[in-house]
Amino acid sequence: MSKLISLTGNDAAAHALRQSRPDVAAAYPITPQTELMHKFAEFVANGQVDTDMILVESEHSAMSAAIGSSAAGARTFTATSANGMALMWEMLYIAASSRLPIVMPEVNRALSGPINIHCDHSDTMGARDAGWIQLFCENSQEAYDTTIQAFRIAEHPDVLLPVMICYDGFIISHTNEPVAMLDDAVVAKFVGEYTPARKLLDVDNPYTFGPLDLPEWYFEHKRQQIEAMRKAPAIIEAVGKEFGALSGRTYEFMEGYRMEDAEVVLVALGSTCGTAREAVDVVRESGIKAGLLKLRAFRPFPIARVRSALSKARVVGVFDRSVSFGIEGGPLYHEVRSSLYGGTTPVLPFVYGLGGRDIRVEQIAQAYRTLDEAAKRGVKERDVEFIGLRDA
Amino acid sequence: MSKGYHRPAVLTATPTHYCAGCGHGIAHRLVAEVISERGARGRTIAVAPVGCAVIAYDYWDFDCSEAAHGRTPAVATGIKRALPDRLVFTYQGDGDLAAIGMAEIIHAANRGENFTTIFINNTVYGMTSGQMAPTTPVHMRTATTPHGRNPLTEGCPIRVCELLATLERTAFLARGALNTPRRVREAKRFIEHAFDTQEQKKGFSLVELLSPCPTYWRMTPEEAMEHIDKELTRVFPLGTVKDWKAGPA
Repeated sequence: MSKLISLTGNDAAAHALRQSRPDVAAAYPITPQTELMHKFAEFVANGQVDTDMILVESEHSAMSAAIGSSAAGARTFTATSANGMALMWEMLYIAASSRLPIVMPEVNRALSGPINIHCDHSDTMGARDAGWIQLFCENSQEAYDTTIQAFRIAEHPDVLLPVMICYDGFIISHTNEPVAMLDDAVVAKFVGEYTPARKLLDVDNPYTFGPLDLPEWYFEHKRQQIEAMRKAPAIIEAVGKEFGALSGRTYEFMEGYRMEDAEVVLVALGSTCGTAREAVDVVRESGIKAGLLKLRAFRPFPIARVRSALSKARVVGVFDRSVSFGIEGGPLYHEVRSSLYGGTTPVLPFVYGLGGRDIRVEQIAQAYRTLDEAAKRGVKERDVEFIGLRDA
Repeated sequence: MSKGYHRPAVLTATPTHYCAGCGHGIAHRLVAEVISERGARGRTIAVAPVGCAVIAYDYWDFDCSEAAHGRTPAVATGIKRALPDRLVFTYQGDGDLAAIGMAEIIHAANRGENFTTIFINNTVYGMTSGQMAPTTPVHMRTATTPHGRNPLTEGCPIRVCELLATLERTAFLARGALNTPRRVREAKRFIEHAFDTQEQKKGFSLVELLSPCPTYWRMTPEEAMEHIDKELTRVFPLGTVKDWKAGPA
């Protein structure tokens, strides 16, 4: 039986990684990911996990080393944040196109510049088209659970795609919360052995990973990545269900809060969902039928499920913790709006929390009131509303 | 005539964020003294790193540019090429210079870019809380090498001055230390000569300074100063490594 212990998000993820028994880790410290790497280095030094940990000189090398070890057939992880992942950029695409099931906790931090170390989602949102599965977490427990599931999803023969586990810098990574850990043996059995169908040094059947791929076949190979991503939702759901049977915590593609009769719905990612639940309760007391739709996966994006979940909403607000310059609303807004294409439900954009700007219950409650008013006034479209931004 | 302690004109009155016993404060002051003494404030541009000295520009009253982690030599190259009559220097730690930014420093030095690098070597990543750096001595314990740096898996400390000395276009390379008054005065002479090297257009100059990090060496400030003498100078010999003025090394 699992018992509750107090862990930060970084420590929780480090334990999940240890219990998943990776063969190789390659990492470079960056705030706020650093403590994860620390904790894992401690596990290696104490002999609590038999992982070859490579202390590389940069994230560019971290992801390159991860690609090498994964291609060699080793279960591999790395972890990073913001500028660290930006330095990995070209390798992110190569890892995905080489179909290497690398697992990477990505501790969300604002991407420079200006330089900042606090949370927003600009780092992972920029990488949405790199071919990685992106799973967002609300708290330390989800960081732990999702990291364990990530290996199963990534290594599934129908998927074979790298997975990033996104959790909010400092808010989750550095905050102690009660976490229910599974026993080592239970996790080891759940994650299983990694037995890749293709790997380097299969002398009877030699392979080249990442070869030159010119116009004759490049397009078909990208199609294979597209198909793998199309197959991923079923695997993500199956793994989440199986994990639920094991732990009592079932993971679906999304989670609703008071959605049964909700008419005014906010869609959000990450730790803010915890705050938004409170706001839902607050505004419900004043008669607004508020609900929250927490998305877990940003890639693959669950269009049909979002459409279905929002089918009864009178108005939808979308909370983005990043921006896309030159268009109103952030990346999440545009995906949600696309999901509702053809319908008449107004979808209104909010941007909050850039560079670690705090978001409070009352601010989210106010957003619900704003949405309710907008629906009453028949507002179909408007520019983005910034939450907690100075006027000057 | 009286002699007293004065804050150099280009050192701001801002209390620093550095830990007790850290060498950055001394190094910042030395740079500020040299710039103040040669009246170079109006023509100095510094490039700040990522690492403990990320907000060095808060302590200096002259123009600064921030750079992404390790990219200061490339940014400085751009500044110096565009404004060749300015005194341009980068200020970097061992993570910024010798790990993530190793390519930039080698190629800037190899092109003989006419700027100066102040390289603070405290043998750990301070800002991210004490992980092994490329300059960490063998067997030294850090957050990522709890049993000590293993040369078989983590390699041996990189001697940056000696490495760059093999490049024909480097003009002045010297290693000092910040642990005694005599050494601090010597470090200042190195910085003066590096800036002279640049102002006389002799090419790339770098001053490496062995700097105490009591916090992540897990020592008192006094022990950290002694550690530089007892341990670090054996790994990193002090003195001029290469000097255009002295002829070929």
